[in-house]
Amino acid sequence: MSKENYKGVDYYLLDELFTEDEKAIRDTVRDFVNNEVLPIIEKYNQDMKFPIQLVPLMAEMGLFGPNIPEQYGGMGANNIVYGLIMQELERGDSGIRSFASVQTSLVMYPIFTFGSEEQKQYWLPKLASAEKIGCFGLTEPDFGSNPGGMITKAEEVDGGYLINGAKMWITNGTIADVAVVWAKLNGKVKGFLVEKGTQGFSAPEMKGKLSLRASVTSELVFEDCFIPKENILPNSGGLKSPLMCLTQARYGIAWGTVGLAMECYSTVLEYTKSRIQFGKPVAQFQITQEKLAYMVTEITKAQLLCYRLGQLKDGGTMRPQHVSMAKRNSCEIAKNIASMAREMLGANGILDEYPIMRHLNNIESVKTYEGTHEMQTLILGEDVTGLPAFQ
Amino acid sequence: MKIAVCVSLVPDSTTKVKIGSSGKSIDENGVTFILNPYDEYAVEEAVQLKEKSGAETYAISFGSDRSKEAIKKAYQMGIEKGILIKANSDDYDSYTVAKNLADALNELKPDLIFFGKQSIDFDGMAIPGMVATLLNLPFVNVVTKLDVNRNEVTAEREIEGGKEIIVSALPAIIGAQKGLNNPRYPNLKSIMASKSKPIEEKNSTYSGNKTEVISMNLPPAKGKGKILENGAESAAELVKLLRDEAKII
Repeated sequence: MSKENYKGVDYYLLDELFTEDEKAIRDTVRDFVNNEVLPIIEKYNQDMKFPIQLVPLMAEMGLFGPNIPEQYGGMGANNIVYGLIMQELERGDSGIRSFASVQTSLVMYPIFTFGSEEQKQYWLPKLASAEKIGCFGLTEPDFGSNPGGMITKAEEVDGGYLINGAKMWITNGTIADVAVVWAKLNGKVKGFLVEKGTQGFSAPEMKGKLSLRASVTSELVFEDCFIPKENILPNSGGLKSPLMCLTQARYGIAWGTVGLAMECYSTVLEYTKSRIQFGKPVAQFQITQEKLAYMVTEITKAQLLCYRLGQLKDGGTMRPQHVSMAKRNSCEIAKNIASMAREMLGANGILDEYPIMRHLNNIESVKTYEGTHEMQTLILGEDVTGLPAFQ
Repeated sequence: MKIAVCVSLVPDSTTKVKIGSSGKSIDENGVTFILNPYDEYAVEEAVQLKEKSGAETYAISFGSDRSKEAIKKAYQMGIEKGILIKANSDDYDSYTVAKNLADALNELKPDLIFFGKQSIDFDGMAIPGMVATLLNLPFVNVVTKLDVNRNEVTAEREIEGGKEIIVSALPAIIGAQKGLNNPRYPNLKSIMASKSKPIEEKNSTYSGNKTEVISMNLPPAKGKGKILENGAESAAELVKLLRDEAKII
């Protein structure tokens, strides 16, 4: 989608529901994506590099921890604002949105929720200003959908803890100054802050990804890694704690992937209106219109679902299962729309002149991470039947 | 130091302009209005000076209530105070705008006045120069670099094939050109704060236009192209058409 013409997708006049602030912030992030992300992202994606130079700019705009209270360096914004930021960032690239999601939902949120006052005072303003970058270590090589089976363990020793184990698929791992690591202490899951450079801790970058290429994905390795006593997140306890973080991250994904779908739809709409075959625009063929109608309908439904989810979150009545529904739906429709868009662009769909193939590759990860499509399905299944399928 | 930035609200640069029913102005239905892009450089320069030396900053706009949006955007970028001079009608020309701005600036007495080098709606490039004349102040336009000292400014401006460096006493008027700085993306906090920041409203001091729009027309639609399909054999016909029909050779 040529950046100048992008006006978003608003078939049901949702702009009438957004406040002046919400629209102004969304449009500012849209400008940022148009001017700073879109012109460079294909190259970074091809080169398998994260455009880290964008991070200070994003921090200045207040994109990290916008929903964290101002006293800790956040903006005290509502969750619709947070959602709209994610929507716009992921319209640029899932890797950029992932960076912001991790910093906010998986690092600032657990420190804010489970941290001591000292930890909050020290870390949150530094994370908001991106003076420090964070990552979140839950998934392990053998424990993905079933994180409760984790092997990584912490052992109490004189003055602190010894951590042993390994984490995998960790966004920002290699570039992070601090890792929020989940490990079993006496059989119970606890959160720990592991700082870069700690002896026995390494974070090698994973190579060979064909998705989320403009994002850093790493392993975290702990070999008798000693961390001081004050680095435990004192108010964390049990698997529920990291799952609460995932609920936050899924909330951002639910909004973000709608942005991805909006970009694919806008691109293909413009393309099919100008591409002439058999003497008329491709958009004039019924077979194209059927697809465009599907896309705009699914985007509109997903936007409404996210908007209501934001209201529930701000009102304090959102349940994790509500988030699962939105994450599951947005990723599903975004993947379908990206895939259809690729076909509708014909051979052009595979070129990096268009954003489609990159988004199509990215959504493959996003549909799986922070809780797979299947797990979201089973969470909803359990919620409506009362019968857990995965226990 | 007191700095004023004169800002205007213009149709988004991607707008497909339609002529309104009066035939004398554009149809504003469905048009998104934004802060004039060149004004963003002017605002950024003022905000940077404020951050460096604690200057007092004002954004001033002439127009309808809608022009408050231009002032709000200036607030979001860091300007502290705003003044809207309310136009008596929608029918005003460059001189009316300039005269009203000059009257307000005369009252405010800033040390430095910024404009965008032009507004992208009418592209007249007229108002900053008129204001300078009305206030009898030095004026440097198309400025790409600026140094402000206590009592003078050194401005670098673009000229055909080179640069011109002008030193001027203060107060002075500067027209900002792309390249002067990188306008910031407003911070979320200042976006949220801008909404509740008051804007001072002033009545218009002048409304007698010096010019009148008689009619407004879109450029004629492009004619259909002609394709000569006989390859090299068409060369003679092509030359004939270029000479006799298109009259370009």
